[in-house]
Formats: sequence, C-alpha cells, structure tokens
Amino acid sequence: MDFLFVIQQTLSATIGVNTIIFALAAIGLNMHFGYTGLLNFGQAGFLAIGAYSVAVPVVSFGVPLWIAFLIGIFNSVIFALLLGIPTLRLRADYLAIVTIAAAEIVRQIARSATFNEWLGGSDGITGKFGKEFFDLNPFKSGLDTPILRFNANDLWVVIVGWSLVAVITFVMWVMVNSPWGRLMRAIREDEDAVRSLGKNVYLYKMQSLIIGGVIGSIGGFVYALSRQSVQPDNYGTALTFFAYTVLILGGAARVFSPIVGAMIFWFLIVFIEQILRQGVTNDLIPDWLIGVNQVGQIRFMLMGLGLMALMIFRPQGIFGDKKELALDAKA
Amino acid sequence: MLSVSSLLFLGSNASATETEAAPTKLYGTVSDKDGLPLSNIEITATGPEGFSKTVETDAQGNWEVSVLTKGTFSLTINQEDLPEGQSLTDPTKGTVKANVFSLGIELKLLFPIGPGVAKTSLLERSAQLAVDGLILGLVIGLAALGLNLIFGTTGLTNFAHGEILTLGGLLTYYLSAIVKLPVIVSVPIAVLLGAFISGFLQDRYLWKPLRKRGTGLIAMLVVSIGLAIFLRYFFLFLFGGDTRQLPQYAGQAGLQLGLVSITPKSVVTTIFGIIFIVLATLWLLKTRMGKASRAVSDNPALASASGIDVQKVIRAVWILGAALATYAGVIITVNQGVSFLMGQDMLLLIFAAVTLGGLGTANGALVGSLIIGLFVQLSTLFIPTELKYVGALIVLIIILIVRPQGILGKKERIG
Repeated sequence: MDFLFVIQQTLSATIGVNTIIFALAAIGLNMHFGYTGLLNFGQAGFLAIGAYSVAVPVVSFGVPLWIAFLIGIFNSVIFALLLGIPTLRLRADYLAIVTIAAAEIVRQIARSATFNEWLGGSDGITGKFGKEFFDLNPFKSGLDTPILRFNANDLWVVIVGWSLVAVITFVMWVMVNSPWGRLMRAIREDEDAVRSLGKNVYLYKMQSLIIGGVIGSIGGFVYALSRQSVQPDNYGTALTFFAYTVLILGGAARVFSPIVGAMIFWFLIVFIEQILRQGVTNDLIPDWLIGVNQVGQIRFMLMGLGLMALMIFRPQGIFGDKKELALDAKA
Repeated sequence: MLSVSSLLFLGSNASATETEAAPTKLYGTVSDKDGLPLSNIEITATGPEGFSKTVETDAQGNWEVSVLTKGTFSLTINQEDLPEGQSLTDPTKGTVKANVFSLGIELKLLFPIGPGVAKTSLLERSAQLAVDGLILGLVIGLAALGLNLIFGTTGLTNFAHGEILTLGGLLTYYLSAIVKLPVIVSVPIAVLLGAFISGFLQDRYLWKPLRKRGTGLIAMLVVSIGLAIFLRYFFLFLFGGDTRQLPQYAGQAGLQLGLVSITPKSVVTTIFGIIFIVLATLWLLKTRMGKASRAVSDNPALASASGIDVQKVIRAVWILGAALATYAGVIITVNQGVSFLMGQDMLLLIFAAVTLGGLGTANGALVGSLIIGLFVQLSTLFIPTELKYVGALIVLIIILIVRPQGILGKKERIG
C-alpha cells in the first residue's frame, strides 16, 4: 500500500476543483432549501446552464469569455423564472418533481443530436474556451509536494475558485443575517404567517430561487472551465442528489456548511476509493469480491447508504441546529 | 451515472498526462439485422489534412482504421456492397462522424443495418405509435398506481420506486435465464418475490421504523433518494451495465393485426397488466381493506380513531404497490430486456403521470399514465425520437400551470 499517495490524492481532492464545484452547487441549494424551504431538485440544470453558457458562446460564436459569464448569469435567471412561475405557488413536492423534470429537459436537449451543431450532442463541447482565463494564470508550474499535488492549471482554478467561494459565502452571510434573510426563514417556517403580515411570499421565493440558481450556475462555470469541456451526462440528477448530500452533511441553513460538507464529502469519496483501489491492485481484496472496475460502484453504494443514514440519524448534519431546521416541512 | 463516475475519476487522476504519437483506432463490426457478420463491405474514412483510406470488413465483419491526427473523421459505408434485403435502417446514416480528441484510444462506430425502411403511411405510423403508447401507458400506470397509493397513505414521495421495477426485471431474468425456468413460471415467482421484498420487507424494516420515529416527510424523501442510489449501484455491481434479453421468446416475430404489428409476448403481458389494474381498482373500491386505505389517505388520524389499523393498511398498500410495480418491470424485461437503469429511466415518467393525474388519487394516476404514454409515443410523429421524453415533461409543466391539482386531483391538495 502506498499510503503517501493515498494521502496526497485525498488531501488534494479535499481542497480541489470538485470540492469547489459542489460547494457552490450546495451554497445555491442552501439558499433554496436551507433558508427558504424550496425543494429544488433541478440544481444540476442550473450548473448545466452555467457550463453551456460559457462553452457555447465562446466556441461557436467567438464571444469574449467575460461576456459569456454574463450570458450564463442571464440564462440562469431566465431558467429560474421559467421554473418558478408555474411551481412556486404549489406544494413542496410539486416543486421537487417539476424542477427534476426541468433539469432533465435541459440535459436531454443538450445531448440530443437535433442540436448537435451548437451543443455538441452527447459528446458535449471540448475546446479551449477557457483560454482567456488560463492566460491570466501567473503559475508557470504546478504544486508538487508529498501531501498536495496540482498541475499549473488546476492550481489557478483552485485559487480563483476558493476566492469565489469566499466572496459568495460572505455575501450569503450578509444576506441571511439581514431582515430579508429573516423573512426567508419565516417563509420556510410558516408561509401563511408571513403572508398574513402582508408580504408577497411568491416574490420572495422567486428571489431565493434566482439567487440560489445563479450561484449554482457559477458552479457550472467552474465545472466547464476546469475541464475545458462540457459533457451533458455530467449534469444528470445524480449531481443534484450529491449536492444535497453535501448540504445535509454540513447541515442546512448554516452559511459555512456547504463548504465543510463538500470538503468532507470529497475527502471520504477519494479516500475510500483510493483505499479500495490500493486494496484491489495489491490483492488485499480478492478479485471475486470486488473487481478493479467495481470500486466506483462500491463507492456509490456507500454514498447512497451514507445519505440514508445521515438523514435518519442526524438530519441536521454536522453543524446544523435541529431547532433551526426541522426538516419536516408540512408537505 | 457514468457521467458522475467519470467526473469523480477525473478528480483523482487530474495529473494523468496524454501519451503522444500512439494512433487512435476507429473500429467496428458490420452485421445484418440478425446479428450475422457481413464481410467484404467497403468503408471509406476521410479526415483532416486530406486523410483518406478505404478498408473492407473481414470474415467476422470487423474493420478498423488507425489515424494519427486529431480532428473529425467521416466514415462512409458503401451501401451497394450490402447484400439483398439488407440496408441501413436510416439511409441518411451511411456516413458517421468520429471526433478524435485524443490519440492512443479506441473509438467504436456502428452502422445500423436492418431490413430497410419500409414506407409506411402516416395512418399506419400513428396507429402503431398509439398502440405502443397505450402499452407504455399501462407500464407507467402499473407503477404509478402503487406510487400513488403509498403517497396517499403515508405521504412518502418515493424516489426509490423505480428500483422496484428494476428488481422485478432482475428477478425475472435470474429465474428465467440462470435458473432456466420457463418465463411463464418465472414471472409469477418474480412478482411474488417482488411483493415480498420490495413491499413487505421494505416497509417492515425501513419505512415503518422511520414512521415510528416520527421522521419528517422531506427527510423520508431524501432517505428514498439515498436508497435509490444505493440499490441502483448494487444492481450494477451484481448485474453489470448492459441490457440483457430473456433467452426465451427473444426473437419473437410480430403479428400483423390490421394496421399494427405486435408481438404475442407483448399481447400476453399487456392483457395480464390490464387484469392486474382492474383487480387492484376493484380491491380499492370493493374490499374492506381497500376502503380502509382510502380512509387512511383522506385522514389518517380519523381513520385510526374509527378503529382502522393504519399500520396494517399501509402494509397492504406497500405489498400491492410493490407487486404492481414489479409486474411493470416484468413487462419491460420480457419485451425489451433488463438493465440496472431501467427503473431510473421510468421514474420521471411515473412522476409525471402521477402529477398529471393528481398526486394521491388512484384513478388520476391511471389517466395521467395513459396520457403520458400516448403523448411520449405519438409526439415522435412531429419531434425527433430522442426528444420524446422532453415533450412529455414539458406537457407536465404546462398542465401544472393551467391546472395545478392535476386532472383528477382535489383542489385542497395543492396547499
């Protein structure tokens, strides 16, 4: 067993690009679900819209990257409006079903051969659309230490990504501690009470959906840029579910929980995977039990079980406050 | 699925470097509609920098072209080489494109070959699609009825319902292909096992304890998502990723009934499906237990106060719902084969049907299912087949705007 390698891979993943992507997706969900009580199961759709909005304008129309970012934010606002107008007046589980359907619509349209010319079909889009971003990279070489390892591009993505996460988290902190944030929590706890005070609940829910969606689409920017490619099947329902796992792991309705949740999530995933992989390749785990290709499946099984156990035994997550968030919205 | 695993894979191997100069192999097998290889078929590859190469398939129908540059390559099959009675299922697919993004890999390309496109009239196509749509609607309806009953009595939005279908399919496959029982024996055993495992055991050892703990509805919804993820990958772990057909009745020829063609196995499984739905509806309407289940749906506290054993009713509903969903999985398996993703693929359609008909209403689920089934199939007359589910989901959203409680739903449920 090469423990140093396991540690290096695990620690790099804990603060790596995927952690940033999932943290951003979960911060958006925290706005929706944690603070406003909206059961948005279409967060993957917001990430997909962000990712495609960066890739398509740059690759197909030669638009500068910063304008593509603006297009992405605009598109995610439109997507939030489209989702919100029919569903925000309905009960929580209707919102869940419609959002999951909408995210699937986005993915299936993106991967369809009909729009192959612009969206690249099931292969997605690969190209140097992040060139303008990586041209700004001051690092000529990557980081290679026994415990952390990033190549030059990843290092740049990680530094910019964490700065983004920090800024967004700060903004979230200011927002949720403002009167506006208290109103959001009041909506989560008792919509009718808020309505009776003369507030337009529908409008506030819409604001929450838009803000959380835009944060999610920023996660999509990072996803697309870090890979320099966009693949439609990366934005399936599983992405949303794992973003929820991250959020619940940290504890919903806490500003820092998406970050902590994402770090723990990726720490566990990569650690378990590396240990299993080492075990299988060094014949410590017999072949008939787990083949090399089955390590990923075992990991997903553990993720499913972990989500169940978390929800049953500690629904408030690691930092959550059970009193603040009774996950028992009146469905 | 694959997607996320590739994402996770990239995550831990971000430092892998590309090996240069190794050729990329484009390859494939040309076989006819019965899967027999076709030899001496000419295939021409063209690509960037004037690349052009022509190869012929060998005796096993295999061909390969190695390329050393990245870019987009076009591969054209010489359609005149195809033997009598064989042609491309879509004449426009005689040329396929391969995007070579990196070297040293292998890309498999397929030319779909079949008996050729028969010219069918719009009427014939519509009739065929309507029949396919009704059958799909029945499959969705079997699953949706159970989902809706469980939702009605316990409030659980069960995201793991699709996995009941998958388990049903896998049990049928196991009994029929591995234990080698005839399909006609395997199916009833599979349905009974499905009802026992997915219905009785699942409720007894997972949901009942959770209800006793007073777990919230949204918490239970998330638990069902975790369960669905666990089961899906557990099935993948046991069964592998491919779609498998039952050996018996695999290549059954279709019967020509008027305008439509339908296989006998499809007729038989559909008739039994209709019988099951009718029996389940009669159970709901006529028996004491059925009436009790509707009472629990309406008001659990009142039902309990009037002497109904709520836990017993819920158990009955779980067993019935699981049996119906298992049979839905059986229909898919017998007619199209089984894969670990089968349930997941159906889940959104089931949800769409239930929402369309009205959450928690039994008849609503059936009406919604038929509408979704018909819409999915008939929409392919106007939109590309690959977008047929998109059409169904868009209809769902539109109906929710116009009539949020669903077609047969009660207004107070939209809350």
